[in-house]
Amino acid sequence: MLESRRFIRHTPAMLEMSRLSLSVSIDGAWVQAVSDVSLHLRPGRILGLVGESGCGKSLTAQAFLRLGEYQGVRRDGGDILLDGESLFAMEERRLRAVRGGRIAMIFQEPMTALNPVFSIGSQLTEVIRLHLPLLDRQQVRARALELLAGVGLEDGEALLRAYPDALSGGMRQRVLIAMAMSADPDYILADEPTTALDVSVQTRIIALLRDQQRRRGLGMLLVTHDFGLVAEMCDDVAVMYAGQIVETAPVADIFDRPAHPYTRALMACRPEAAVDGQALAVIPGQVPPPGQWGGGCRFAPRCTFADAHCGKPVTLDAWQEAHHCARCIHVGQGVE
Amino acid sequence: MSPVLELRNVDKIFRAAGLFAADARTKHAVCRVSLSLQAGETLAIVGESGSGKSTTARIAMRLLSADHGEVWWQGENVSGLAPRALRARRKHIQMVFQDPFASLNPRMKIWQTVAEGLRVHQPGLGRKQLRQRVADVLGQCGLDAAMMDRYPHQFSGGQRQRIGIARSLIVEPSVLVLDEPVSALDVSVQAQILNLLHDVQQQHRLAYLFISHDLSIVQYIAARVMVMFAGHVVEEGPTDRVFRQPAHPYTRALVDARPIVHPAQRKARAVVEERSEQVADDGCPYRLRCPRALDACASFDGMLQGDTHRVSCLNPQTYA
Repeated sequence: MLESRRFIRHTPAMLEMSRLSLSVSIDGAWVQAVSDVSLHLRPGRILGLVGESGCGKSLTAQAFLRLGEYQGVRRDGGDILLDGESLFAMEERRLRAVRGGRIAMIFQEPMTALNPVFSIGSQLTEVIRLHLPLLDRQQVRARALELLAGVGLEDGEALLRAYPDALSGGMRQRVLIAMAMSADPDYILADEPTTALDVSVQTRIIALLRDQQRRRGLGMLLVTHDFGLVAEMCDDVAVMYAGQIVETAPVADIFDRPAHPYTRALMACRPEAAVDGQALAVIPGQVPPPGQWGGGCRFAPRCTFADAHCGKPVTLDAWQEAHHCARCIHVGQGVE
Repeated sequence: MSPVLELRNVDKIFRAAGLFAADARTKHAVCRVSLSLQAGETLAIVGESGSGKSTTARIAMRLLSADHGEVWWQGENVSGLAPRALRARRKHIQMVFQDPFASLNPRMKIWQTVAEGLRVHQPGLGRKQLRQRVADVLGQCGLDAAMMDRYPHQFSGGQRQRIGIARSLIVEPSVLVLDEPVSALDVSVQAQILNLLHDVQQQHRLAYLFISHDLSIVQYIAARVMVMFAGHVVEEGPTDRVFRQPAHPYTRALVDARPIVHPAQRKARAVVEERSEQVADDGCPYRLRCPRALDACASFDGMLQGDTHRVSCLNPQTYA
């Protein structure tokens, strides 16, 4: 059924960000916040986008829905192609159908993503009616109950009448996942979907997301700063630093042979990596804000391997294998 | 030596008043909790939201009064002390909060915020002396003293948490109560703050009561751990032992839910679907969710059994 909606395809099914650059307005001046980012989302695969706060991860994710344009984000260059068709060439009406219809988003904060003054039922059926206008009242309701059951929420009838404040954080996140699935999208953007939840609830939400993703063959972008979540869910990983992708690789390679000094430093400062009796590894300093990135390697000021050669711009190049790329001239240095 | 902080059989009941008397509900937020903390030691409390870990911390700080039981600071029972008498002793125990953004006054310069406690406890100090002490403590916390005339919004999350720590250290306390002090921070910054906490603990022989939901962090920083569920301490003991051989089924569920550290571990992962999300009102509070529950659990008195590794369970997990 999903296939039939893709009428004639000239390119393989894919949501592709290609060399996208974005600027944000800071005190009236445009400052570049995302530089030349390319990402490929494929059906059935989960791509993790990892990095510290302020790296531009969320801005990049939101660009897939062209959401930033309403919040003072400007596109400087690049494109986003959905099965070969540019999102930026789409007329508004079609774009609205794509948002939530083909590409849906799950946000971090289940407490604020639901409107407190409307019942779960009215918020869920609103989304269903928007994307499936041909369904009648009964069918919409049946669809809502089916979606709730699909995310492990029993007693859907009572839930449809309930208001968000009556639900726990885990239940709200389940409702939001149900909403995202309401129009059978092909791609899901999940921005830190478990960060605000309790540990025991996190595990269950992760299991639910993976189950939904596999069953529906979804292509997923998972934005996170948590390597545990990456280990748990992702097939491929892109590491972002200061608005750039600095490393991309299949998930096992990221854990077994991290190439970029930033990736290695990030992994070394996890408490799990602590060596008895020694201080935790740290990355000195902090992510420089947009506008203070310099022309060379953006990580160089915090990097233990940096030298005079790092002042020149660095490209994202294959390392060891074609599918493992890193943006570093000293790539692999210090790796045993 | 007497403990620097002690709770003895502390109870706290919250009453949610409804519109009518019949709507009034009570919730046992903390039930018979005892703990004792020695100078230089770190005790962690883990549990999910609603487990009573933050309420326990606030009772220890005497920000909340317990309904039953006693709070002792440095060998003195402070349970019944009036606010004025308490204030003089508050320098002994200080708190660091989770959210470094919300816990600093945006209209106050950093030096004013950090000096606040000192103004109360040493009112005789002049402006110059205050600023000197602020400069010293900021330096200890890895911040440049030249930053003290700035406002909170000019600092990053990690720097703000350093300011929060500096503010509590300036009165030279013997106990810090840390409520999720690094959970709002990035992993790189988190490591910096954990190292800082380790260093100042060594320097001042500080005792930490460390509240967290992250078992990896707890394992790194705390020698002893207390696991709370629905207001009850269900297990306590040396952190390594409790996490390696959890005796209480709830601790076991928490340990099993730990994030994996390598994708190769995915297959071994079993998500335990609990039977219910409910908490029992009588007997063992966990029995409705517990895979090992017995009939007798409905009338279990909840007492902790054991020597250094103690557990409140009729049918604990055992290891060969």
